[in-house]
Amino acid sequence: MQVDFHLPSLGADMESATLVQWLKKPGEAVHRGEAIAVVETAKGLIDIECFDEAVVGSLIVQPGTKVPVGAVLAQLLSETAGAPPPAKAAVPTPAAAAPARLSPAPLAAAPGGRARISPAARRRAHELGVSVEALERAGAGIVHLEDVEHLAAQAKPPAPDARDAMRIAIGNAMARSKREIPHYYLADTVDFSTARDWLASYNAKVPVGERILEGLLIVKAVALAAARCSGFNGYCRDGRFEPASAVNVGTAIAVRGGGLVAPALLGADRKDLPALMREFSDLVTRVRSGHMRSGEFTAATITVTALGEEGAELLWPIINPPQVAIVGSGRIALQPWVHEGAVVARPVLSLSLAADHRVTDGRAGSRFLRTIAELLATPAKL
Amino acid sequence: MSEPAAAVRLTYREAARQGLRAALASDPRVFLMGEDVGRYGGCYAVTKGLLQEFGPERVRDTPLSESAFVGAGIGAAIAGMRPIVEIMTVNFSLLALDQILNNAATLCHMSGGQVNVPLVIRMATGAGRQLAAQHSHSLEGWYAHIPGLRVVAPGTIDDARFMLGAALACPDPVLLFEHIVLYNMEGELTAGLASADIDHAAIRRAGRDVVLMTYGGSLHKCLAAAAALASEGIEAEVLDLRTLRPLDDAAIMDSVRRTHRVVIVDEGWRSGSVAAEVTTRIVEQAFYDLDAPVARVCTAEVPIPYPKHLEDAALPSPERIRETVQRLLARGGAS
Amino acid sequence: MGTVKDTEIRTRVLEIITSIAPDVDPATIDPELDLRDQFDFDSMDRLHLAAAISEAFRIAIPEQDYPQLSALQKACEYVAKKLG
Repeated sequence: MQVDFHLPSLGADMESATLVQWLKKPGEAVHRGEAIAVVETAKGLIDIECFDEAVVGSLIVQPGTKVPVGAVLAQLLSETAGAPPPAKAAVPTPAAAAPARLSPAPLAAAPGGRARISPAARRRAHELGVSVEALERAGAGIVHLEDVEHLAAQAKPPAPDARDAMRIAIGNAMARSKREIPHYYLADTVDFSTARDWLASYNAKVPVGERILEGLLIVKAVALAAARCSGFNGYCRDGRFEPASAVNVGTAIAVRGGGLVAPALLGADRKDLPALMREFSDLVTRVRSGHMRSGEFTAATITVTALGEEGAELLWPIINPPQVAIVGSGRIALQPWVHEGAVVARPVLSLSLAADHRVTDGRAGSRFLRTIAELLATPAKL
Repeated sequence: MSEPAAAVRLTYREAARQGLRAALASDPRVFLMGEDVGRYGGCYAVTKGLLQEFGPERVRDTPLSESAFVGAGIGAAIAGMRPIVEIMTVNFSLLALDQILNNAATLCHMSGGQVNVPLVIRMATGAGRQLAAQHSHSLEGWYAHIPGLRVVAPGTIDDARFMLGAALACPDPVLLFEHIVLYNMEGELTAGLASADIDHAAIRRAGRDVVLMTYGGSLHKCLAAAAALASEGIEAEVLDLRTLRPLDDAAIMDSVRRTHRVVIVDEGWRSGSVAAEVTTRIVEQAFYDLDAPVARVCTAEVPIPYPKHLEDAALPSPERIRETVQRLLARGGAS
Repeated sequence: MGTVKDTEIRTRVLEIITSIAPDVDPATIDPELDLRDQFDFDSMDRLHLAAAISEAFRIAIPEQDYPQLSALQKACEYVAKKLG
């Protein structure tokens, strides 16, 4: 690459010099330390040396010309001179050690191409699994400790952030569930019209802040059913079912941006709907803002998961170990329904159950689902 | 030599004198010998008042013959005394080199261990007072070359006070170097300190980015350079070697392991110096901890000049140390 | 663009949206687009939104009006209409 050759300062009080003679011609090679020109200063004739391995490109200043210190005398073509300072691969880490670094005159790469890597850098590269070839590619010049750290950091996949960690955790739990729990699946469609009408008239009478979501009716119904039907509320550990004394319904709440958590509404069978709604509302707010309590995660004894208005009609959920059942509710949509012999349009809900076959079977599961449906048909009692 | 010193403010000179007084007072075998140590009070006034306090048997003025009185000291030591021989400056020790090397250092070995030479030789050393070419040497490195000798260099008030006592407890010859620019240095003795060892180096300033290794008269220059570097965000460790023979390898390598970059500041000429020896030991023992070549700041390889500005230019200075650190920390780390 | 009152309404509604969904950057809200589509607002979020708007502007919002709060622009218009 092309490099300017400047008139060097040859003394503290030197301001200019006259070029007397060029010792090299364009196209001629000049070696490091070799004299390239003769200049005349107040102290007499002085040879000036070139500090690069180069080939002379063009001579700019003609003999007999007086020029100031620093003036460009010629242009050289050099492989190594003027190369950008060796890849400053590391931005000095702010809080940690690196002091302000001077950028020195670029060092020519050692002829023969052996990489110049400090002993400490080599050892660290070995520790981190950064290859010497990668170090050599890092750039001409010296490779230091910080360069190795930087290279290693680049090579490493970025640490999974919190969302990824959640995905991984969910994945692990679901994989374990599928592996260890023998699931059986049942579904029922339920006429939701009574519940919907009841809720609409209830909500019309209360301010917005006290209104209850449809999904909560389902949660309460599941909670009551779980209290009545044994085998669906509790934990299965080491193949043994441990029924839980309280019904803590885990409610699946989406975390915006991906991810799912299922904190529990504690003692849901014993709380009235307004109380459950308040708690649920608070839970969602805290999930959104990241202020969940650890107890809420470990307490659920059965889970309800709903896809909401945009979801599919029917879902086949996966049990959250060590629980033994999970109830899914699909999209509540108007469907044709037979009522007293005639076909009418009714809001219909598909309820699905996935349960642990080590603890219950299809008959118990059917009964459980039927109980939920019956409770939803008498919403005033929820 | 037994009760701890109070935390008082005093000069290095006074601390050295206190060390001498304490030695003379506590052990009747100890006596002081050298040119002008008695009536004159010492060339650098270190022994002032000691003749009056302890009498001519304990504080002896000698003829102007280093070879003779060092030899006499060796003899006295072999015979069971604990002589402290003062050679006015290291420059004059050259006249006693044969005594020091071939007798003091070697008699224990040559006698198969039958004879110990528990001799302490105190010498003023170093440059900085425009004493010119023949009177400004730093030859600690030469003596540190010799098996059979211990070489120590007190660089602080505490060490000036207490290293002598540790040296006197040694069964083998100890050379103790007091740098001339330190005599007027003022400071406080550490309260509660009652002794010093002469076996270990000491970290005078903990650091992270580089370690400045030094001894004696260059210690305060390193501390000044470290303070200046700190304002640029560079944290320099300062390791006071304290003992030049034997060197405290463990301390040296520990500093290298933590900082990865080394500057050795040594007032001797660099060729075959303490700095050269420390560099080699680092290459032998901590090579893989180095992130840059070891750098040295030594006296320019010239006889010490007489004019002040040239003497200052030849010696290590806080500015030269600072510049060396900055070059070392730049990419490439070439000194 | 509209009266001072409209600007105040919009500011308040934006505040409400960001307090319900603190992870949403207000600068990224498209006023025409359904919040459900933009930010995955679910039934709970929509209920919170309605409750907060109801309280902030002291207007009653029947359930059947919820769809009119589905986007920022629509919500502001609804509030303005209710305030008369």
